[in-house]
Amino acid sequence: MTQLLSFIKKEFKHVFRDKKTLLMLFGLPTIQILLFGFALTNEIKNTRVTVLDYAQDNISKELISKIDNSKYFDIISNVNTEQELESEFRKGNAKIAVVFPAGLEGELKHNKKATVQLIADASDPNSATTISNYFNNIIHEYNGLNISKSPLPMQILAEPKMLYNPELKGAPNFVPGVIALVLMLVCTMMSSVSIVKEKELGTMEILLVSPFNPIFIIISKLMPYMIISIFNLIIILIMSVTLLDLEIKGSIMLLIFASTLFILTSLAIGLLISATAKTQQSAMMISLTGMLLPTMLLTGFMFPIENMPLPLKLLSNIVPSRWFFIIIKNVMLKGLGFSSIWKQLLILLGMCTFLLRVSIKKFKIRLQ
Amino acid sequence: METVIYTKKLTKRFGNFIAANELSFEVSKGEIFGFLGANGAGKTTAMRMLCGLLMPSSGEANVAGFDVYTETEKIKQNIGYMSQKFSLYEDLTVAENIRFYAGIYGLSFAEIKMKTDELLTKLDMRSEAKKLVSQLPLGWKQKLAFSVSLVHDPKIVFLDEPTGGVDPVTRRQFWDLIYYAAGKGVTVFVTTHYMDEAEYCDRVSIMVDGVISALDSPGNLKKQMNAPDMEDVFYQLARKAKRSE
Ligand SMILES: Nc1ncnc2c1ncn2[C@@H]1O[C@H](COP(=O)(O)OP(=O)(O)OP(=O)(O)O)[C@@H](O)[C@H]1O
Ligand SMILES: [Mg+2]
Repeated sequence: MTQLLSFIKKEFKHVFRDKKTLLMLFGLPTIQILLFGFALTNEIKNTRVTVLDYAQDNISKELISKIDNSKYFDIISNVNTEQELESEFRKGNAKIAVVFPAGLEGELKHNKKATVQLIADASDPNSATTISNYFNNIIHEYNGLNISKSPLPMQILAEPKMLYNPELKGAPNFVPGVIALVLMLVCTMMSSVSIVKEKELGTMEILLVSPFNPIFIIISKLMPYMIISIFNLIIILIMSVTLLDLEIKGSIMLLIFASTLFILTSLAIGLLISATAKTQQSAMMISLTGMLLPTMLLTGFMFPIENMPLPLKLLSNIVPSRWFFIIIKNVMLKGLGFSSIWKQLLILLGMCTFLLRVSIKKFKIRLQ
Repeated sequence: METVIYTKKLTKRFGNFIAANELSFEVSKGEIFGFLGANGAGKTTAMRMLCGLLMPSSGEANVAGFDVYTETEKIKQNIGYMSQKFSLYEDLTVAENIRFYAGIYGLSFAEIKMKTDELLTKLDMRSEAKKLVSQLPLGWKQKLAFSVSLVHDPKIVFLDEPTGGVDPVTRRQFWDLIYYAAGKGVTVFVTTHYMDEAEYCDRVSIMVDGVISALDSPGNLKKQMNAPDMEDVFYQLARKAKRSE
């Protein structure tokens, strides 16, 4: 026990004395979250609106002045054709546009119903949704006033159209992806590099000559990264809640349990990499190319797996983060419980035990 | 005299290449056994087999009475090892390194504290205890590494070029430490490139191209080969070498 303790203590010292490692460990998740956070939650106030008014009647004039008076919107330009409107979007001048169809007033009188189109730049999905909600409120308010004025109920509907990112993918989708990515990267890269470092320096020989059980070497090498990763996970969760206004709907314990399983799987991969890599650089390169790309591409958080060609779809099945991504999404975003993720947990458990067994077996007790 | 290292036709092949070829020798308890040879002669390979780091290809070997094929765990309990590469952690302090190695050899907390104290005093490094090893001069590092390899009181200590690159004065001090350990009954198995150090050994073996081509006390070797010093002995043997690194 003393043996194991002195070893684990030493590993923590390595981590905390290496500024580069520390930066990597704690900078990575922070930067990722801040990046998404800033990209997704800027200026909802004074959104720049472009108006395309084909109607040119009382109703459209009233609505335009209402929009302009709202603190959420500033009408910055009026255009006359769809082409002009499009170029406003391209240039990034307009965040949203309102299109009033020709004959709005007449349509409303005849059918008691008319539609105004709202076009939003949804490359920034969070604000696009928020903006379109604000806009709907204005229309609702206007409808309410009208009902009291006229004897017959009339209704203007807003038809929102999202440009660039119609599915409105945003923070809710990215956070689970970031969690998977950060845990995977930190665990495989850090653990493989720290083991290969001992080989490179020559201290591994001394460890292997000592009666210290090789299994203990593995445990103490992996332990710090396991603890740090759980800590990292908690930081990401806290930041998602505080900075990105994301709600953790499901059980946090379940989330941490599943993450631990995923962390172990990633550590096993790191251990496996360390068995083949001869230098720290190559360990880092293998971890980066071997882990980063599949995690980004085949996990489903950037590109939906359903739309992939069959070979990639099949390949994605062996990527552990794919299953982990589903688990976090289900627990964190949908608030589902154990019964909804047991299958994915089982797959992860299988991968984890398999990888651990192989990597421990490959861990060289003798040199060559 | 009790034999603590025994080998017979110990051989290591890497593919077709024979790094160590049919080594046969014995080392007695408390002896300082010098293992000489040019670069690539096979010294490190031989030492690694004796420490249980490399599986021999053929031949026999016993270390501290245990077989290198089947009883490596018992061998590990009885040996200390200082590798040719640097054996300490540069980002840990002097005291932390001592405590770490004492720790993994399973010493108790009380023993670790006592050993750390004793070692720092012996090396006159009390004021350096809290310094990172990376800040020490090489000679000090090597003396520290040697003392650390003895922290668990092994019967045999294997030193692979412990004084490589160290200045002559510090090398002399290093050898004082070796003598001190040997005086306490520790067997010292040491490789070196320095011929003045060969003179300090009780017996030396000179390896050429994976084969032991001479093995005796420095005095006898000089007499046999009619050489004024070990430098000359080594030169006469080593120039027959065909392989070089
Ligand atoms: N793992 C290995 N695979 C293949 N060849 C090896 C391996 N280890 C050592 N060798 C070769 O065996 C020979 C002996 O190497 P060894 O390290 O034992 O020499 P040495 O006497 O310790 O040399 P030096 O004085 O440079 O330390 C060298 O030619 C080396 O290239
Ligand atoms: Mg060598």
